[in-house]
Amino acid sequence: MTDMPDTTLTNHPSHDVPLEVDTDDAAGYYTPGAPIKDTKAPSGPIADRWQTRKFEAKLVNPANRRKLNVIIVGTGLAGASAAATMGEAGYNVKSFCYQDSPRRAHSIAAQGGINAAKNYKEDGDSAHRLFYDTVKGGDYRSRESNVYRLAEVSVNIIDQCVAQGVPFAREYGGLLDNRSFGGVQVSRTFYARGQTGQQLLIGAYQALERQVAAGTVKTYTRHEMLELIVVDGTARGIITRDMVTGKIDTHLADVVVLASGGYGNVFYLSTNAMGCNVTAAWRAHRKGAYMANPCYTQIHPTCIPVSGAHQSKLTLMSESLRNDGRIWVPKKKADCEKDPRDIAEEDRDYFLERIYPSFGNLVPRDIASRAAKNMCDEGRGVGPEVEGVRRGVYLDFADAIQRLGRDGVEEKYDNLLDMYERITGENPYEQPMRIYPAVHYVMGGLWVDYDLQSTIPGLFVTGEANFSDHGANRLGASALMQGLADGYFVLPHTIRDYLADGPFEKISEDHPAVVEAKKSVTDRIEHFLTVNGTRSVDSYHRELGNIMWEYCGMERTETGLKKAIDLIRGLKDDFYRNVKVLGTADSLNQSLEKAGRVADFFELGELMCIDALNRRESCGGHFRGESQTEDGEALRHDDQFAYVAAWEYAGETPVLHKEELIYTAIEMKQRSYK
Amino acid sequence: MKLTLKIWRQPDASTAGKMHTYDVDDVSADMSFLEMLDVLNEQLNARGEEPIAFDSDCREGICGMCGLMINGEAHGPVTTTTCQLHMRSFVDGETITIEPWRSDAFPVLKDLVVDRGSFDRIIQAGGYISVNTGSAPEAHSVPVPRDNAVRAFNVATCIGCGACVAACPNGSASLFMGAKITHLGELPQGQPERDSRVTNMVAQHDHEGFGGCTNIGACSAACPKEIPLDVISQLNKDLRTAIKHGH
Ligand SMILES: Cc1cc2nc3c(=O)[nH]c(=O)nc-3n(C[C@H](O)[C@H](O)[C@H](O)COP(=O)(O)OP(=O)(O)OC[C@H]3O[C@@H](n4cnc5c(N)ncnc54)[C@H](O)[C@@H]3O)c2cc1C
Ligand code: SF4
Ligand code: FES
Repeated sequence: MTDMPDTTLTNHPSHDVPLEVDTDDAAGYYTPGAPIKDTKAPSGPIADRWQTRKFEAKLVNPANRRKLNVIIVGTGLAGASAAATMGEAGYNVKSFCYQDSPRRAHSIAAQGGINAAKNYKEDGDSAHRLFYDTVKGGDYRSRESNVYRLAEVSVNIIDQCVAQGVPFAREYGGLLDNRSFGGVQVSRTFYARGQTGQQLLIGAYQALERQVAAGTVKTYTRHEMLELIVVDGTARGIITRDMVTGKIDTHLADVVVLASGGYGNVFYLSTNAMGCNVTAAWRAHRKGAYMANPCYTQIHPTCIPVSGAHQSKLTLMSESLRNDGRIWVPKKKADCEKDPRDIAEEDRDYFLERIYPSFGNLVPRDIASRAAKNMCDEGRGVGPEVEGVRRGVYLDFADAIQRLGRDGVEEKYDNLLDMYERITGENPYEQPMRIYPAVHYVMGGLWVDYDLQSTIPGLFVTGEANFSDHGANRLGASALMQGLADGYFVLPHTIRDYLADGPFEKISEDHPAVVEAKKSVTDRIEHFLTVNGTRSVDSYHRELGNIMWEYCGMERTETGLKKAIDLIRGLKDDFYRNVKVLGTADSLNQSLEKAGRVADFFELGELMCIDALNRRESCGGHFRGESQTEDGEALRHDDQFAYVAAWEYAGETPVLHKEELIYTAIEMKQRSYK
Repeated sequence: MKLTLKIWRQPDASTAGKMHTYDVDDVSADMSFLEMLDVLNEQLNARGEEPIAFDSDCREGICGMCGLMINGEAHGPVTTTTCQLHMRSFVDGETITIEPWRSDAFPVLKDLVVDRGSFDRIIQAGGYISVNTGSAPEAHSVPVPRDNAVRAFNVATCIGCGACVAACPNGSASLFMGAKITHLGELPQGQPERDSRVTNMVAQHDHEGFGGCTNIGACSAACPKEIPLDVISQLNKDLRTAIKHGH
């Protein structure tokens, strides 16, 4: 492999030259808008930009901080870390989550690990290499200055977490252990058995609760943000619903941070938690925050396959399993029904090892997922038939058990393998596991500049809810890194530049913009409760999910996407006329909560399809059937699509603003993992 | 399979509740327990009855949001969370009783949903290591012996579900608290605040109305993460040491 970081400077066109697009599949579905720039990233050598920005960001006098009110929606890694850090700095913070405790945010479910360029293994790692791997893994669709910063602060995260008492895995000498993760060739992933997200989140949660005790942070659990308050063009607060009493409250502030996580649940079935939603982000989008690259979805290769129509969610099996497990399908279709243990070695096709000899089972997620889909489409899938096709491939630990012993495998993976057995009733130590790709993560999200500020001044967005760092595909163990980088080390610096302009004008609760925001929330609730139709919210959600998976999932085409847009619009109309939500507005009402979320998923789903339609190229997690090489690999078109698609809300015909991607520290190449 | 479900229904915190009986068919062995309740809720919604409120989020046994008393056992008959319990653990024709966690410190909010805010307040009282962002030393400056790291991890897996409290005849949260005391106490970083941590957390625990521990062990038996009972001995030991130190 000659995969060395390329640091040659390439010439780049000026910002103002519009990119040429000769085929516009999405013509008629959107209006072209003015190009946008990220005006906050300093120029100069990439390695100096963050230091420069931190230095240039204005300071806030400690005595004034108490008087500045900060709202943070979300208590996952991105939100809890930010709330704790802002609290420590002395700001007056309100923190919101929809669960009954901040500790339950979905970051808790992350299994595999967190990357950091510590180079503890002396295997040639560095901030630059982590930067390079992340840009390459993202298929050259991320903003290089943000990614470099992420790589740069990654090392501080590990120090912080260890000091908080996060029990990372350690070697016998007492030093931290590392493993390698998909898409890279160095060992830079820190982990806590298969529960890294849990341990990192508990660390951030404890730091948050410490600030609650100190009086700098107030937590609002079981509170759902249902609207953003925008006054004179700036974000000034949120409207929430108390999910126990139904009370609609107004919370005003000087700045609002959304750390509300990803929207993978637009597909209904995903590895996200039941409550994960787009509502916080979508409400902000409707008020003027651009939504960037919404179609970039990560489909994770190693999940437990669907078992039936009752399925409410899909369970991920950490990608770390690919370090020791080998993925295969039978060579012959006739063997697909056989007990896998009876299939001879020479009749097995270890297809990732065959197609991608240098990365083998460790190719990036998008590539592994599509390869599995292709095997099943060819008729070589395994497991039960779902609608006439077997949707599963084997993930086999037999070799690893021989090599490491059962104990060795248990020590590394036992909670994952136990979980598999609990869900499927099959013992993975005795027979190969069955896995299939599932929706897992969204690279798209609200557009932010280098400061993580959205197009609404005073609205900042962190973690999975923003679009910033992963381009068209995220590498494993990089979302935890990004969430904590944003919350502990980036936002607290950039937000002070905004807050330093305070104190801001006091807003009263009867300001027309506040009254309007609150009324729109109560009207919507009133509508859902009075339709009194015939179909449950879940049944609509499931149908929307099927449309998205079919036409905006692992492979997308012009005809499919156009069909999906029509179907979604029809279903959405029906939903507003025929949904059945029982119960009352002023009590705990889970159907009502879901109705609001599904309503926003409809609009998001439509935009995802329009975005996918516009991008007639294949990149990362976005694979357009019309854009592939002869041997079926993704084909990018840098001449036409090296931009971030930032969508401005305008009803059914959104406005597209392009942010051109300019690489100065890295050269764009077609990815190859062969 | 077909099941008869006896389920606790209560409109809100201040109104009395009672058990209701429902029949549900079309249950498959591959369903999770909560998916079975989803099926029932779809049926209730279709016939105009308000669905049963119950908590869940991750549905993969890690967030700690779910938790039901199933036939009198916290999280039901298998050592796991309610969301990871599957219907293959039940038989056709069975009657299953489903109630919320019962504890003075966990008031019922509606049907099967309870308020566990008291757990957060116990953590606020001292369940952390005081280190501000940015002030941490280089991670490798303090090695942690592997055995300590492993024990810390094993007890840090507590998901804060509250099954230990629900299972305890005294309604004690000693297992939950002991897990945190042990996690932080195993690590060099946790030493400076060791005494104050335990005294403050125990004081908050008692203030919240949790009961005292009389070493019955029902907590550990019900714990989906198999937190061992010896964390309570550790808790008591740390408390004695702290008192000796004048805390
Ligand atoms: C099963 C699984 C395994 C993963 N494994 C890994 C891994 O090994 N490594 C890795 O790097 N990444 C992993 N990821 C990805 C990573 O976990 C997530 O991207 C990341 O944790 C997201 O963090 P977050 O803080 O942005 O959002 P979340 O943790 O999802 O938090 C969102 C917060 O917002 C709140 N919220 C949302 N909407 C509202 C609203 N309307 N009102 C009020 N509050 C709201 C929620 O209550 C919650 O507190 C995994 C993801 C999954 C699903
Ligand atoms: S100790 Fe066990 S039962 Fe108690 S809260 Fe923690 S995980 Fe739940
Ligand atoms: S729903 Fe998360 S542990 Fe059960």
